[in-house]
Amino acid sequence: MEVPILKQGEFLIATIQAALSDADLEQLRMALVQRVVKFRSRAVIVDVTAMDVMDSFASRTLREIAQMIRLRGAETVIVGIQPEVAFAMVQLGLRLEGVGTALDLEEGLAYLNQKFKNSS
Amino acid sequence: MAKREPPPRTARPASLTAQEPSRNEAAELLRELVAHLRQNRTQLREEWVSRISETRLLTAMTKEEIFAEATSVYDSYVEALETETFEALQAYARNLSERIIPRGVETHEVVGIVLLLRDVLARSLFAKYQTDFEKLNRILDAYEPAANRIANTVAVGFVQERERVIRQQQEAIRELSTPVLQVRERLLILPIIGVIDPQRARQLTEQLLRGIRTNRAKVVVIDITGVAAMDVTVANHLVQTVEASRLLGATVIVTGLSPEIAQTLVTIGVDLGKMNTVGDLQGGIEQAERLLGYKVVPSADEKL
Repeated sequence: MEVPILKQGEFLIATIQAALSDADLEQLRMALVQRVVKFRSRAVIVDVTAMDVMDSFASRTLREIAQMIRLRGAETVIVGIQPEVAFAMVQLGLRLEGVGTALDLEEGLAYLNQKFKNSS
Repeated sequence: MAKREPPPRTARPASLTAQEPSRNEAAELLRELVAHLRQNRTQLREEWVSRISETRLLTAMTKEEIFAEATSVYDSYVEALETETFEALQAYARNLSERIIPRGVETHEVVGIVLLLRDVLARSLFAKYQTDFEKLNRILDAYEPAANRIANTVAVGFVQERERVIRQQQEAIRELSTPVLQVRERLLILPIIGVIDPQRARQLTEQLLRGIRTNRAKVVVIDITGVAAMDVTVANHLVQTVEASRLLGATVIVTGLSPEIAQTLVTIGVDLGKMNTVGDLQGGIEQAERLLGYKVVPSADEKL
């Protein structure tokens, strides 16, 4: 299942709608990196509100997405992690190191706008 | 009613043990027993109630309440004897317990009244069959196991209900004692006081994460001034709470670490670079305000 990726100015927003297979996650990673290059985006927001489970593969893929996107000089913010999912993740030691997080899409955009306003 | 001496129960004569009642006979005896208990219901129930007040049980309840409950218990008792099934009785016992536990009725009272009923009914059997010793014995053979099972069922039902109430109260106390407080827009404070066991720590984390989402908090100050000590398990829970909060976009500042707790954290190898700590609650709030972009300045208005 392909994840819809929307362009919002200098940002890309990917909204994950349901449980993704490992192959879907791989595809998402490639799609995001390609689009960051194509649109010269400054940041990517991945909205995981609809994910009610986050396993180690998904967590690692999100980290890798952030690393690859950083190599293109762009920032990644994961938004919408549910309380139960966050709890389960930390218990399993899945920390999403090096990845920005925010409560939801609104917060994520506010954070990025603040950040780029300060630096530009 | 005049009290009669029950006939002496000596060891049963050999002739009797040779003729244990067959299943049909036992069922027949049970029916006779149940009929007798139903026929004399009013009288036996009254006797039971008066013995309850004689022995000063159920003092927390009024006479009318005792009478009403006694009626239900009596009927459930006889029904359990008749059907030889105890689920209905168990359900009734739990229901009854739910009602009387808040009234302060104790376990020994509940066990006491059930045993009194058992005695009252037994004595009425002695009275009825006193001229037929052999039959009395057979009736008692049918009655006693069932009566014991009933006493057991009611007592256990009561105790289970008490335990359930206690667990519920403990849960309520735990929730009350870990309030998540919003002191500014986007700023939550979680003051923790007392002993934290792993269960409380887990509950704390769940409450905090829900609070972060509900209040859209960006900074949380967890104050542990009131916590004397923390074992390694709980310290790990604290670290997990900080990490989980970050996944929801909130920064955590921990304040009020005692030297002992600081030692525990260092011992378990917590990367203190990742944990934001400030000495006391005041300092923590000030830093939180800075993070949120607040500046507190003295006002030109009249002050105290």
